Amino acid sequence: MSVPADLKYTDSHEWVRLEADGTATVGITHHAQDLLGDLVFVENPAPGRVLRKGEECGVVESVKAASDIYAPLSGAVVAVNAELETAPEKINQGAYEAWMFRLKVADAAEVAGLLDAAAYQKLVEADAH
Amino acid sequence: MTLRRTVLNGEHHALNARMVDFGGWEMPLHYGSQIAEHQHVRRDAGMFDVSHMLAVDVGGDDARSFLLRLLANNVDRLQAAGAALYSCMLDEKAGVLDDLIAYRLGAGRYRLVVNAATADKDLAWLHARAADFGAAVRIVSRRDLAIIAVQGPQAREKVWNAIAGAQALSRDLAPFRAAQGERLFVARTGYTGEDGFELMLPEEDAPAAWQALLRAGVVPAGLGARDTLRLEAGMNLYGQDMDESVTPLECGLGWTVDLAEGRGFVGERALRSIPARFTALGLVLLERGVLRPHQEVQTPLGAGLTTSGSFSPTLQVSIAFARLPPGTQEGAQVQVKVRDKWLQARTVKSAFVRRGRSLLAGHPAAPATATREPGAPQ
Repeated sequence: MSVPADLKYTDSHEWVRLEADGTATVGITHHAQDLLGDLVFVENPAPGRVLRKGEECGVVESVKAASDIYAPLSGAVVAVNAELETAPEKINQGAYEAWMFRLKVADAAEVAGLLDAAAYQKLVEADAH
Repeated sequence: MTLRRTVLNGEHHALNARMVDFGGWEMPLHYGSQIAEHQHVRRDAGMFDVSHMLAVDVGGDDARSFLLRLLANNVDRLQAAGAALYSCMLDEKAGVLDDLIAYRLGAGRYRLVVNAATADKDLAWLHARAADFGAAVRIVSRRDLAIIAVQGPQAREKVWNAIAGAQALSRDLAPFRAAQGERLFVARTGYTGEDGFELMLPEEDAPAAWQALLRAGVVPAGLGARDTLRLEAGMNLYGQDMDESVTPLECGLGWTVDLAEGRGFVGERALRSIPARFTALGLVLLERGVLRPHQEVQTPLGAGLTTSGSFSPTLQVSIAFARLPPGTQEGAQVQVKVRDKWLQARTVKSAFVRRGRSLLAGHPAAPATATREPGAPQ
Protein backbone atom coordinates (compact mmCIF):
# COMPACT_ATOMS: atom_id res chain seq x y z
CA MET A 1 0.00 0.00 0.00
CA SER A 2 1.51 3.29 -1.07
CA VAL A 3 1.73 6.32 1.17
CA PRO A 4 -0.41 9.11 -0.40
CA ALA A 5 1.88 11.87 -1.63
CA ASP A 6 -0.56 14.72 -0.89
CA LEU A 7 -0.64 14.09 2.87
CA LYS A 8 1.72 14.94 5.74
CA TYR A 9 2.64 12.47 8.50
CA THR A 10 3.92 12.14 12.06
CA ASP A 11 6.34 9.60 13.46
CA SER A 12 3.46 8.43 15.69
CA HIS A 13 1.60 7.33 12.51
CA GLU A 14 -1.05 10.03 12.13
CA TRP A 15 -1.74 11.43 8.70
CA VAL A 16 -2.63 15.11 8.16
CA ARG A 17 -4.38 16.72 5.22
CA LEU A 18 -4.05 20.50 5.04
CA GLU A 19 -7.35 21.91 3.78
CA ALA A 20 -7.81 25.12 1.81
CA ASP A 21 -9.83 26.71 4.65
CA GLY A 22 -6.92 26.62 7.12
CA THR A 23 -8.03 23.45 8.89
CA ALA A 24 -6.18 20.14 9.05
CA THR A 25 -7.87 16.72 8.83
CA VAL A 26 -6.28 13.95 10.91
CA GLY A 27 -6.41 10.17 10.78
CA ILE A 28 -4.15 7.16 11.35
CA THR A 29 -2.11 5.64 8.56
CA HIS A 30 -2.64 2.38 6.76
CA HIS A 31 0.55 1.12 8.38
CA ALA A 32 -0.80 1.96 11.85
CA GLN A 33 -4.09 0.13 11.32
CA ASP A 34 -2.21 -2.82 9.86
CA LEU A 35 -0.08 -3.09 13.00
CA LEU A 36 -3.10 -2.79 15.29
CA GLY A 37 -5.39 -5.24 13.48
CA ASP A 38 -9.19 -5.11 13.64
CA LEU A 39 -10.22 -1.86 15.33
CA VAL A 40 -13.07 -2.01 17.83
CA PHE A 41 -13.01 1.35 19.61
CA VAL A 42 -12.21 4.93 18.68
CA GLU A 43 -12.24 7.92 21.03
CA ASN A 44 -11.88 11.35 19.47
CA PRO A 45 -11.09 14.64 21.24
CA ALA A 46 -14.18 16.66 22.18
CA PRO A 47 -15.18 19.30 19.62
CA GLY A 48 -13.92 22.70 20.77
CA ARG A 49 -10.99 21.28 22.72
CA VAL A 50 -7.81 23.26 22.09
CA LEU A 51 -4.89 20.93 21.39
CA ARG A 52 -1.19 21.54 21.69
CA LYS A 53 1.05 19.86 19.12
CA GLY A 54 2.14 16.46 20.44
CA GLU A 55 -0.61 16.29 23.07
CA GLU A 56 -2.39 12.99 23.67
CA CYS A 57 -5.90 13.61 22.40
CA GLY A 58 -7.60 10.30 21.57
CA VAL A 59 -7.24 6.56 21.34
CA VAL A 60 -7.79 3.77 18.84
CA GLU A 61 -8.13 0.25 20.17
CA SER A 62 -8.05 -3.05 18.34
CA VAL A 63 -9.01 -6.47 19.68
CA LYS A 64 -5.38 -6.77 20.62
CA ALA A 65 -4.05 -3.40 21.72
CA ALA A 66 -4.67 0.28 22.42
CA SER A 67 -2.79 3.11 20.76
CA ASP A 68 -2.83 6.79 21.72
CA ILE A 69 -3.49 9.49 19.16
CA TYR A 70 -1.36 12.63 19.36
CA ALA A 71 -2.24 16.05 17.99
CA PRO A 72 -0.02 16.52 14.94
CA LEU A 73 -0.49 20.30 15.08
CA SER A 74 -1.77 22.85 17.61
CA GLY A 75 -5.32 24.14 17.25
CA ALA A 76 -8.96 23.84 18.28
CA VAL A 77 -10.97 20.77 17.26
CA VAL A 78 -13.66 21.91 14.82
CA ALA A 79 -15.14 18.54 13.78
CA VAL A 80 -14.98 14.85 14.66
CA ASN A 81 -15.96 11.83 12.58
CA ALA A 82 -18.77 10.45 14.77
CA GLU A 83 -19.28 7.51 12.41
CA LEU A 84 -16.17 5.88 13.85
CA GLU A 85 -17.87 5.51 17.25
CA THR A 86 -20.17 2.86 15.83
CA ALA A 87 -18.03 1.70 12.91
CA PRO A 88 -14.33 1.75 13.91
CA GLU A 89 -13.69 -0.90 11.24
CA LYS A 90 -13.96 1.90 8.64
CA ILE A 91 -10.34 2.68 9.51
CA ASN A 92 -9.27 -0.86 8.59
CA GLN A 93 -11.26 -0.65 5.39
CA GLY A 94 -9.68 2.64 4.29
CA ALA A 95 -7.33 4.44 6.64
CA TYR A 96 -7.00 7.54 4.44
CA GLU A 97 -10.76 7.94 3.97
CA ALA A 98 -11.75 7.31 7.59
CA TRP A 99 -10.63 10.61 9.10
CA MET A 100 -10.82 11.06 12.87
CA PHE A 101 -10.98 14.79 13.57
CA ARG A 102 -10.33 18.20 12.06
CA LEU A 103 -8.61 21.10 13.77
CA LYS A 104 -8.17 24.80 13.03
CA VAL A 105 -4.42 25.21 12.51
CA ALA A 106 -3.20 27.72 15.11
CA ASP A 107 0.39 28.01 13.96
CA ALA A 108 1.14 27.38 10.27
CA ALA A 109 4.88 27.27 11.06
CA GLU A 110 4.35 23.90 12.78
CA VAL A 111 3.49 22.30 9.42
CA ALA A 112 7.18 22.33 8.49
CA GLY A 113 7.81 19.88 11.32
CA LEU A 114 5.59 17.18 9.77
CA LEU A 115 6.98 14.38 7.59
CA ASP A 116 6.34 14.26 3.86
CA ALA A 117 5.31 11.01 2.16
CA ALA A 118 8.87 9.98 1.27
CA ALA A 119 10.11 10.50 4.83
CA TYR A 120 7.14 8.58 6.26
CA GLN A 121 7.67 5.74 3.79
CA LYS A 122 11.26 5.47 5.04
CA LEU A 123 10.02 5.32 8.62
CA VAL A 124 7.62 2.49 7.77
CA GLU A 125 10.35 0.55 6.02
CA ALA A 126 12.66 1.02 9.00
CA ASP A 127 9.83 -0.32 11.23
CA ALA A 128 9.77 -3.48 9.17
CA HIS A 129 13.61 -3.72 9.64
CA MET B 1 16.92 -16.76 19.92
CA THR B 2 15.54 -18.82 17.06
CA LEU B 3 11.83 -19.41 17.34
CA ARG B 4 10.54 -22.95 17.21
CA ARG B 5 8.28 -23.85 14.30
CA THR B 6 5.48 -26.35 13.98
CA VAL B 7 5.32 -28.64 10.97
CA LEU B 8 2.58 -26.34 9.59
CA ASN B 9 4.77 -23.21 9.67
CA GLY B 10 5.13 -23.21 5.88
CA GLU B 11 1.34 -23.39 5.49
CA HIS B 12 0.91 -20.26 7.62
CA HIS B 13 3.49 -18.35 5.60
CA ALA B 14 1.88 -19.52 2.34
CA LEU B 15 -1.41 -18.03 3.62
CA ASN B 16 0.31 -14.73 4.47
CA ALA B 17 -0.33 -15.06 8.19
CA ARG B 18 0.89 -12.38 10.57
CA MET B 19 3.36 -14.42 12.63
CA VAL B 20 4.25 -13.68 16.26
CA ASP B 21 6.45 -15.08 19.01
CA PHE B 22 4.18 -17.09 21.29
CA GLY B 23 6.11 -18.64 24.16
CA GLY B 24 9.14 -19.19 21.95
CA TRP B 25 7.13 -20.51 18.98
CA GLU B 26 6.54 -18.65 15.72
CA MET B 27 2.75 -18.90 15.43
CA PRO B 28 0.02 -17.21 13.33
CA LEU B 29 -1.73 -14.29 15.05
CA HIS B 30 -4.21 -13.91 12.19
CA TYR B 31 -4.47 -14.45 8.45
CA GLY B 32 -5.93 -11.02 7.66
CA SER B 33 -8.78 -10.34 10.07
CA GLN B 34 -8.98 -11.70 13.59
CA ILE B 35 -12.66 -10.76 13.91
CA ALA B 36 -13.64 -12.43 10.63
CA GLU B 37 -11.85 -15.60 11.79
CA HIS B 38 -13.64 -15.43 15.14
CA GLN B 39 -17.05 -15.07 13.46
CA HIS B 40 -16.27 -17.89 11.08
CA VAL B 41 -15.66 -20.26 13.98
CA ARG B 42 -18.90 -19.17 15.67
CA ARG B 43 -20.96 -19.57 12.49
CA ASP B 44 -19.25 -22.17 10.32
CA ALA B 45 -15.84 -23.78 10.83
CA GLY B 46 -12.30 -22.60 11.48
CA MET B 47 -9.04 -24.38 12.22
CA PHE B 48 -6.09 -23.66 14.46
CA ASP B 49 -2.61 -25.10 14.37
CA VAL B 50 -1.98 -25.92 18.02
CA SER B 51 0.95 -28.22 17.40
CA HIS B 52 3.02 -26.11 19.80
CA MET B 53 1.01 -27.76 22.59
CA LEU B 54 2.50 -31.02 23.79
CA ALA B 55 0.89 -34.44 24.02
CA VAL B 56 2.42 -36.63 26.72
CA ASP B 57 1.53 -40.31 26.88
CA VAL B 58 1.48 -41.87 30.35
CA GLY B 59 1.39 -45.66 30.58
CA GLY B 60 2.41 -48.56 32.77
CA ASP B 61 0.95 -50.63 35.59
CA ASP B 62 0.85 -47.65 37.94
CA ALA B 63 -0.23 -44.98 35.42
CA ARG B 64 -3.65 -44.68 37.08
CA SER B 65 -2.25 -44.40 40.63
CA PHE B 66 0.30 -41.87 39.40
CA LEU B 67 -2.36 -39.65 37.79
CA LEU B 68 -4.70 -39.98 40.81
CA ARG B 69 -1.91 -38.33 42.80
CA LEU B 70 -0.67 -35.93 40.13
CA LEU B 71 -3.93 -34.23 39.09
CA ALA B 72 -6.45 -32.17 41.06
CA ASN B 73 -9.30 -33.72 39.09
CA ASN B 74 -10.00 -37.44 39.44
CA VAL B 75 -8.88 -39.63 36.52
CA ASP B 76 -11.14 -42.38 37.83
CA ARG B 77 -13.94 -40.35 36.25
CA LEU B 78 -12.50 -41.67 32.99
CA GLN B 79 -14.17 -45.05 32.87
CA ALA B 80 -14.59 -45.52 29.12
CA ALA B 81 -11.73 -45.63 26.66
CA GLY B 82 -11.53 -42.23 24.96
CA ALA B 83 -13.11 -40.29 27.84
CA ALA B 84 -11.54 -36.87 28.49
CA LEU B 85 -11.11 -34.80 31.64
CA TYR B 86 -10.02 -31.20 32.21
CA SER B 87 -7.72 -30.78 35.19
CA CYS B 88 -5.18 -28.59 36.88
CA MET B 89 -1.79 -29.89 37.91
CA LEU B 90 -0.81 -28.27 41.21
CA ASP B 91 2.34 -27.78 43.22
CA GLU B 92 2.49 -28.56 46.96
CA LYS B 93 1.17 -25.07 47.78
CA ALA B 94 -1.83 -25.69 45.48
CA GLY B 95 -0.52 -23.18 42.93
CA VAL B 96 -1.53 -24.03 39.36
CA LEU B 97 1.48 -25.46 37.47
CA ASP B 98 -0.60 -25.99 34.35
CA ASP B 99 -4.04 -26.87 33.10
CA LEU B 100 -4.41 -29.84 30.80
CA ILE B 101 -6.74 -32.36 29.24
CA ALA B 102 -6.30 -36.00 30.17
CA TYR B 103 -7.64 -38.64 27.76
CA ARG B 104 -7.94 -42.28 28.69
CA LEU B 105 -6.58 -44.26 25.75
CA GLY B 106 -7.15 -47.71 27.25
CA ALA B 107 -6.50 -49.70 30.40
CA GLY B 108 -3.53 -48.06 32.12
CA ARG B 109 -2.89 -45.77 29.15
CA TYR B 110 -3.52 -42.03 29.21
CA ARG B 111 -2.65 -39.00 27.11
CA LEU B 112 -2.17 -35.54 28.62
CA VAL B 113 -2.14 -32.40 26.46
CA VAL B 114 -0.29 -29.53 28.11
CA ASN B 115 0.41 -25.90 27.23
CA ALA B 116 3.33 -24.97 24.99
CA ALA B 117 5.01 -22.41 27.23
CA THR B 118 4.92 -24.78 30.23
CA ALA B 119 5.77 -28.00 28.37
CA ASP B 120 9.40 -28.28 29.52
CA LYS B 121 8.50 -27.42 33.12
CA ASP B 122 5.62 -29.94 33.02
CA LEU B 123 7.79 -32.75 31.65
CA ALA B 124 10.40 -32.18 34.36
CA TRP B 125 7.63 -32.21 37.00
CA LEU B 126 6.08 -35.39 35.57
CA HIS B 127 9.40 -37.21 35.52
CA ALA B 128 10.26 -36.10 39.06
CA ARG B 129 6.86 -37.20 40.38
CA ALA B 130 7.04 -40.50 38.49
CA ALA B 131 10.42 -41.38 40.02
CA ASP B 132 8.69 -43.03 43.04
CA PHE B 133 6.95 -45.43 40.68
CA GLY B 134 10.06 -46.64 38.87
CA ALA B 135 9.36 -48.71 35.77
CA ALA B 136 5.64 -48.93 36.58
CA VAL B 137 5.03 -45.48 35.03
CA ARG B 138 6.26 -44.60 31.55
CA ILE B 139 6.18 -41.01 30.31
CA VAL B 140 6.58 -40.41 26.60
CA SER B 141 6.71 -36.91 25.10
CA ARG B 142 4.89 -36.91 21.75
CA ARG B 143 6.56 -34.08 19.84
CA ASP B 144 6.06 -36.31 16.79
CA LEU B 145 2.35 -35.42 16.80
CA ALA B 146 0.81 -32.35 15.17
CA ILE B 147 -2.45 -31.00 16.60
CA ILE B 148 -5.11 -29.23 14.52
CA ALA B 149 -8.23 -27.92 16.28
CA VAL B 150 -11.22 -27.67 13.90
CA GLN B 151 -14.02 -25.75 15.60
CA GLY B 152 -17.48 -24.45 14.74
CA PRO B 153 -20.99 -25.72 14.03
CA GLN B 154 -19.87 -27.18 10.67
CA ALA B 155 -16.50 -28.42 11.89
CA ARG B 156 -17.32 -32.11 12.26
CA GLU B 157 -19.04 -32.35 8.88
CA LYS B 158 -16.12 -30.62 7.17
CA VAL B 159 -13.54 -32.85 8.88
CA TRP B 160 -15.48 -35.89 7.68
CA ASN B 161 -15.51 -34.53 4.14
CA ALA B 162 -11.82 -33.68 4.18
CA ILE B 163 -10.09 -36.57 5.89
CA ALA B 164 -10.48 -40.19 4.84
CA GLY B 165 -11.49 -42.45 7.69
CA ALA B 166 -12.37 -39.61 10.06
CA GLN B 167 -16.11 -40.14 9.80
CA ALA B 168 -16.00 -43.85 10.62
CA LEU B 169 -13.78 -43.06 13.58
CA SER B 170 -15.76 -40.15 15.03
CA ARG B 171 -19.36 -40.24 13.75
CA ASP B 172 -20.73 -41.48 17.09
CA LEU B 173 -18.28 -39.63 19.30
CA ALA B 174 -19.98 -37.81 22.20
CA PRO B 175 -18.68 -34.44 23.43
CA PHE B 176 -15.51 -34.79 25.52
CA ARG B 177 -14.75 -38.20 24.05
CA ALA B 178 -11.91 -39.23 21.76
CA ALA B 179 -11.13 -42.10 19.40
CA GLN B 180 -7.79 -43.44 18.23
CA GLY B 181 -7.55 -44.65 14.66
CA GLU B 182 -4.58 -46.19 12.94
CA ARG B 183 -2.81 -42.85 12.50
CA LEU B 184 -5.42 -40.27 13.42
CA PHE B 185 -6.59 -39.41 16.96
CA VAL B 186 -9.89 -37.48 17.02
CA ALA B 187 -11.17 -35.77 20.18
CA ARG B 188 -14.48 -33.91 20.42
CA THR B 189 -12.91 -31.20 22.56
CA GLY B 190 -11.79 -27.62 22.04
CA TYR B 191 -11.10 -24.16 23.39
CA THR B 192 -13.76 -22.06 21.69
CA GLY B 193 -17.15 -22.95 23.18
CA GLU B 194 -18.18 -24.46 19.84
CA ASP B 195 -18.61 -28.04 18.73
CA GLY B 196 -15.68 -29.52 16.86
CA PHE B 197 -12.66 -31.75 16.97
CA GLU B 198 -9.06 -31.64 18.02
CA LEU B 199 -7.11 -33.83 15.63
CA MET B 200 -3.76 -35.34 16.54
CA LEU B 201 -1.78 -36.94 13.78
CA PRO B 202 1.80 -37.79 12.84
CA GLU B 203 3.65 -34.63 11.82
CA GLU B 204 4.26 -35.96 8.33
CA ASP B 205 0.48 -36.28 7.77
CA ALA B 206 -0.33 -32.77 8.99
CA PRO B 207 0.34 -30.55 5.91
CA ALA B 208 -1.85 -32.74 3.67
CA ALA B 209 -4.63 -32.77 6.30
CA TRP B 210 -4.41 -28.96 6.64
CA GLN B 211 -4.69 -28.52 2.88
CA ALA B 212 -7.60 -30.96 2.64
CA LEU B 213 -9.41 -29.03 5.38
CA LEU B 214 -8.78 -25.76 3.49
CA ARG B 215 -10.29 -27.32 0.36
CA ALA B 216 -13.30 -28.45 2.42
CA GLY B 217 -13.95 -24.80 3.33
CA VAL B 218 -12.44 -24.68 6.82
CA VAL B 219 -11.05 -21.19 7.38
CA PRO B 220 -7.62 -20.89 9.04
CA ALA B 221 -7.76 -18.94 12.29
CA GLY B 222 -4.93 -17.58 14.40
CA LEU B 223 -4.09 -17.12 18.04
CA GLY B 224 -5.93 -13.78 18.08
CA ALA B 225 -9.30 -15.38 17.32
CA ARG B 226 -8.43 -18.28 19.62
CA ASP B 227 -8.03 -15.79 22.46
CA THR B 228 -11.34 -13.93 21.94
CA LEU B 229 -13.20 -17.22 21.39
CA ARG B 230 -11.90 -18.77 24.61
CA LEU B 231 -12.58 -15.53 26.52
CA GLU B 232 -16.21 -15.50 25.35
CA ALA B 233 -16.44 -19.21 26.23
CA GLY B 234 -15.24 -18.48 29.79
CA MET B 235 -12.08 -20.54 29.49
CA ASN B 236 -8.95 -19.57 31.39
CA LEU B 237 -5.61 -18.94 29.70
CA TYR B 238 -2.60 -20.28 31.59
CA GLY B 239 -0.07 -17.60 32.47
CA GLN B 240 -2.74 -14.91 32.33
CA ASP B 241 -5.79 -16.01 34.33
CA MET B 242 -3.81 -18.43 36.49
CA ASP B 243 -0.31 -19.54 37.39
CA GLU B 244 1.55 -20.83 40.46
CA SER B 245 0.47 -17.79 42.48
CA VAL B 246 -3.21 -18.83 42.63
CA THR B 247 -5.11 -21.99 43.51
CA PRO B 248 -7.82 -23.41 41.23
CA LEU B 249 -10.42 -22.22 43.75
CA GLU B 250 -9.23 -18.64 43.18
CA CYS B 251 -9.38 -18.65 39.39
CA GLY B 252 -12.81 -20.13 38.76
CA LEU B 253 -11.69 -23.74 38.45
CA GLY B 254 -13.15 -25.12 41.69
CA TRP B 255 -15.39 -27.34 39.56
CA THR B 256 -12.32 -29.19 38.25
CA VAL B 257 -11.03 -30.10 41.71
CA ASP B 258 -12.19 -33.38 43.28
CA LEU B 259 -11.71 -33.25 47.04
CA ALA B 260 -14.31 -35.95 47.74
CA GLU B 261 -12.17 -39.02 48.18
CA GLY B 262 -9.04 -37.67 49.84
CA ARG B 263 -6.80 -39.12 47.13
CA GLY B 264 -3.83 -37.26 48.54
CA PHE B 265 -3.12 -35.48 45.27
CA VAL B 266 -0.33 -32.94 45.09
CA GLY B 267 -1.59 -29.65 46.55
CA GLU B 268 -4.65 -31.20 48.25
CA ARG B 269 -3.53 -30.42 51.79
CA ALA B 270 -2.81 -26.79 50.94
CA LEU B 271 -6.13 -26.48 49.11
CA ARG B 272 -8.01 -27.68 52.20
CA SER B 273 -6.18 -25.30 54.53
CA ILE B 274 -5.75 -22.05 52.56
CA PRO B 275 -8.84 -19.83 52.42
CA ALA B 276 -9.50 -18.50 48.93
CA ARG B 277 -8.15 -14.96 48.56
CA PHE B 278 -10.14 -14.19 45.41
CA THR B 279 -13.39 -14.92 43.65
CA ALA B 280 -13.11 -15.18 39.88
CA LEU B 281 -15.99 -13.65 37.91
CA GLY B 282 -16.68 -12.24 34.48
CA LEU B 283 -17.14 -8.52 33.83
CA VAL B 284 -19.21 -6.73 31.22
CA LEU B 285 -18.31 -3.14 30.50
CA LEU B 286 -21.38 -0.87 30.63
CA GLU B 287 -19.69 2.05 28.86
CA ARG B 288 -17.69 2.48 25.66
CA GLY B 289 -14.11 1.30 25.91
CA VAL B 290 -12.10 -1.91 26.00
CA LEU B 291 -11.21 -3.96 29.07
CA ARG B 292 -7.66 -5.35 29.14
CA PRO B 293 -5.64 -7.58 31.45
CA HIS B 294 -4.21 -6.02 34.66
CA GLN B 295 -6.76 -3.22 35.05
CA GLU B 296 -7.76 -2.22 38.58
CA VAL B 297 -11.31 -2.98 39.70
CA GLN B 298 -13.22 -1.31 42.57
CA THR B 299 -16.03 -3.30 44.18
CA PRO B 300 -18.18 -2.69 47.28
CA LEU B 301 -16.01 -5.31 49.02
CA GLY B 302 -12.63 -3.93 47.97
CA ALA B 303 -10.16 -3.90 45.11
CA GLY B 304 -9.64 -6.48 42.37
CA LEU B 305 -7.83 -6.92 39.09
CA THR B 306 -8.74 -8.03 35.58
CA THR B 307 -6.74 -11.00 34.28
CA SER B 308 -8.02 -11.20 30.68
CA GLY B 309 -10.04 -8.65 28.78
CA SER B 310 -10.94 -7.75 25.24
CA PHE B 311 -13.74 -6.84 22.93
CA SER B 312 -16.27 -9.60 22.34
CA PRO B 313 -16.93 -9.85 18.60
CA THR B 314 -20.04 -11.95 19.27
CA LEU B 315 -21.63 -9.68 21.90
CA GLN B 316 -20.20 -6.39 20.58
CA VAL B 317 -19.27 -5.27 24.09
CA SER B 318 -16.08 -5.45 26.09
CA ILE B 319 -15.76 -8.37 28.52
CA ALA B 320 -13.15 -9.55 31.01
CA PHE B 321 -12.26 -12.04 33.71
CA ALA B 322 -11.39 -10.56 37.10
CA ARG B 323 -10.00 -11.58 40.47
CA LEU B 324 -12.32 -9.97 43.01
CA PRO B 325 -12.64 -9.99 46.80
CA PRO B 326 -14.13 -13.23 48.20
CA GLY B 327 -17.88 -12.96 48.52
CA THR B 328 -18.36 -10.75 45.46
CA GLN B 329 -21.60 -11.81 43.79
CA GLU B 330 -22.79 -11.87 40.20
CA GLY B 331 -24.71 -8.74 39.30
CA ALA B 332 -22.54 -6.40 41.36
CA GLN B 333 -21.86 -2.93 40.01
CA VAL B 334 -18.09 -2.30 39.89
CA GLN B 335 -15.69 0.23 38.39
CA VAL B 336 -12.72 -0.62 36.20
CA LYS B 337 -9.82 1.74 35.60
CA VAL B 338 -9.54 1.93 31.83
CA ARG B 339 -6.82 4.27 30.62
CA ASP B 340 -7.01 6.50 33.74
CA LYS B 341 -10.82 6.66 33.76
CA TRP B 342 -13.09 4.69 36.07
CA LEU B 343 -15.75 3.03 33.90
CA GLN B 344 -18.87 1.18 35.07
CA ALA B 345 -19.01 -2.59 34.72
CA ARG B 346 -21.12 -5.43 36.05
CA THR B 347 -20.04 -8.82 37.40
CA VAL B 348 -21.45 -11.86 35.58
CA LYS B 349 -20.72 -15.56 35.15
CA SER B 350 -17.49 -15.87 33.22
CA ALA B 351 -19.05 -17.94 30.39
CA PHE B 352 -20.44 -15.41 27.91
CA VAL B 353 -21.08 -17.42 24.72
CA ARG B 354 -21.71 -21.10 24.08
CA ARG B 355 -22.41 -22.72 20.72
CA GLY B 356 -22.94 -19.41 18.99
CA ARG B 357 -25.48 -18.19 21.56
CA SER B 358 -25.15 -15.43 24.11
CA LEU B 359 -25.38 -16.47 27.75
CA LEU B 360 -25.56 -12.83 28.77
CA ALA B 361 -29.03 -11.37 29.37
CA GLY B 362 -29.67 -8.27 27.27
CA HIS B 363 -26.79 -8.97 24.89
CA PRO B 364 -27.87 -11.21 22.01
CA ALA B 365 -25.21 -12.52 19.65
CA ALA B 366 -24.54 -10.02 16.87
CA PRO B 367 -26.24 -10.92 13.58
CA ALA B 368 -24.09 -12.19 10.75
CA THR B 369 -22.43 -9.35 8.85
CA ALA B 370 -21.10 -9.00 5.35
CA THR B 371 -17.91 -10.73 6.45
CA ARG B 372 -19.84 -14.00 6.44
CA GLU B 373 -19.29 -16.22 3.42
CA PRO B 374 -22.34 -16.28 1.16
CA GLY B 375 -24.37 -19.42 1.72
CA ALA B 376 -22.67 -20.28 5.00
CA PRO B 377 -25.14 -21.71 7.49
CA GLN B 378 -26.11 -19.75 10.56
